[in-house]
Amino acid sequence: MTEFGFDTLQIHAGARPDPATGARQTPIYQTTGYVFRDADHAAALFNLQEVGYIYSRLTNPTVAVLQERVATLEGGVGAVCCSSGHAAQIMALFPLMTPGDNVVVSTRLYGGSITQLSQTIKRFGWSATFVDFDDIDAVKAAADGKTKAIFCESISNPGGYLTDIPAVAAVANELGVPLIVDNTLASPYLCKPIEMGATLVVHSLTKYLTGNGTVTGGVVVDSGNFDWSANDKFPSLSQPEPAYHGLKFHETFGNLAFTFHGIAIGLRDLGMTLNPQAAHYTLMGIETLSLRMQRHVENAEKVAAWLEADPRVDYVTYAGLPSSPYAARKAAIYPKGAGALFTFAVKGGYEACVKLVDSVEIFSHVANLGDTRSLIIHSASTTHRQLTLEQQEAAGAGPSVVRLSIGIEDADDLIRDLDQALTTATA
Amino acid sequence: MNYSDTYLRTILTESKTIAAVGVSTNSIRPSYFVARYLNLKKYRVLPVNPVYEGQMLFGEEIYPTMAALPRDLTVDMVDVFRRPDQVLPVVEEAIEHLLPRGLKTIWMQIGVVNEEAAALAESAGLKVVMNRCPKIEHQRLFGELRMGGFNTGIISSKL
Repeated sequence: MTEFGFDTLQIHAGARPDPATGARQTPIYQTTGYVFRDADHAAALFNLQEVGYIYSRLTNPTVAVLQERVATLEGGVGAVCCSSGHAAQIMALFPLMTPGDNVVVSTRLYGGSITQLSQTIKRFGWSATFVDFDDIDAVKAAADGKTKAIFCESISNPGGYLTDIPAVAAVANELGVPLIVDNTLASPYLCKPIEMGATLVVHSLTKYLTGNGTVTGGVVVDSGNFDWSANDKFPSLSQPEPAYHGLKFHETFGNLAFTFHGIAIGLRDLGMTLNPQAAHYTLMGIETLSLRMQRHVENAEKVAAWLEADPRVDYVTYAGLPSSPYAARKAAIYPKGAGALFTFAVKGGYEACVKLVDSVEIFSHVANLGDTRSLIIHSASTTHRQLTLEQQEAAGAGPSVVRLSIGIEDADDLIRDLDQALTTATA
Repeated sequence: MNYSDTYLRTILTESKTIAAVGVSTNSIRPSYFVARYLNLKKYRVLPVNPVYEGQMLFGEEIYPTMAALPRDLTVDMVDVFRRPDQVLPVVEEAIEHLLPRGLKTIWMQIGVVNEEAAALAESAGLKVVMNRCPKIEHQRLFGELRMGGFNTGIISSKL
């Protein structure tokens, strides 16, 4: 196989001129059903003997292009798209977990993920054990015989923290469980978790991959590197599947098993499907991913450095700053940049933070990130609101910090906006 | 074991008749899946398995050995569904009985690697593929895996 560069792949991977019309841009296949050639064809598709289109809850040509594109950029063997980043997390865990099982999870996560994993998954009989992932021994100690996965974010939300993925992957490998990395904040341009030993990568497509704040979406990418049949820990993949006449996914599909399972069981029965319109917007975004990420990082470095030098600011958490405790990790594992999301503390605490958010003119007060537009939010009262104070502090989203998602505008304009807002907030 | 796309594409294009050695008649076994798929894609699949001798699979009689395959048939490829330590006699039999009848390729399935058998086949002028599945490679190279969102590695601006 020829090795293509990232910029070529972000435009071409998965896409080809439309075979029916020659259309060069990937068409939006807005259809629910697909005509079978004949009864044999239909039977082969339903038996998973042939790959093809049956019904858009399972597969769709526009969505398939996006799946192959992200799988390629991440260096995986296949990918399944779904309706949001949160859906992707459930889709990643679903084939691994049975009632009574647990997942070992980093304390430094997006607040919504902490809620999903600490509360909601209990309804499935699953549980999560939260650990400081800088304490590798504690990660190991938190696992038991019912642990089926380890979960972390590469660059964590609300920023300022970078996971040592190779170190965590080594623990996962030792325990014989897959490492799942949420790579939303880095995107495959800044970080490729599979190259560092991750088994699965999940994304909220909503953020940098789409990049324009238009649609929600998620994706699960499989590295194809995990031996699901090494023991009886992962029966959904290694044991006979009653809904397919006793077929064993791993034995039948080899290293494509996880992706086949995601389509044939996950999307079929959970139904968290990505629609082709949304896939189209994300495909448009991915074409310029590397260019945007370069500018996001460049701007974030400028704005963070300016804030750090400002006397009205207490501290800045950006891991891309030379003063960051994670500067060495950034250089080793995230050399292209520490992303564009971080928090900073305004002198004057909670009141000053709220005033600051109300005073900006270019930054938008929005609960999103990874948009071309710069965004600002007070995490403790919004994205991390459902958490206890202790959980907020552990996640880096305490009440005295404001979170910035730096866009790709002119950095000088962003700095001017923060300057005037800080003046108002600290007056 | 890295095989170029061109190499694999050539094998899958030039082969028309494939002996499936060790194929199962159980419809949920991987060997059945592969043989069934190749049959769907218009390859003539000749089942070889002494356990099911005389039964029918995909419209073909199941033969006990490669030696028992009808003399008038050309066989382009042998697809080996056997444990790695049982591959050598399969290759020896293939060379003896099928090389004179047009055999070009020995293909060993995923998980099947036998360097000695591969060297023997290559010395007889045969192409060899190990630890791959012809179904998956066919699906990848001819566009089908693309429909499921798999990484095919294929970049092309051609229709």
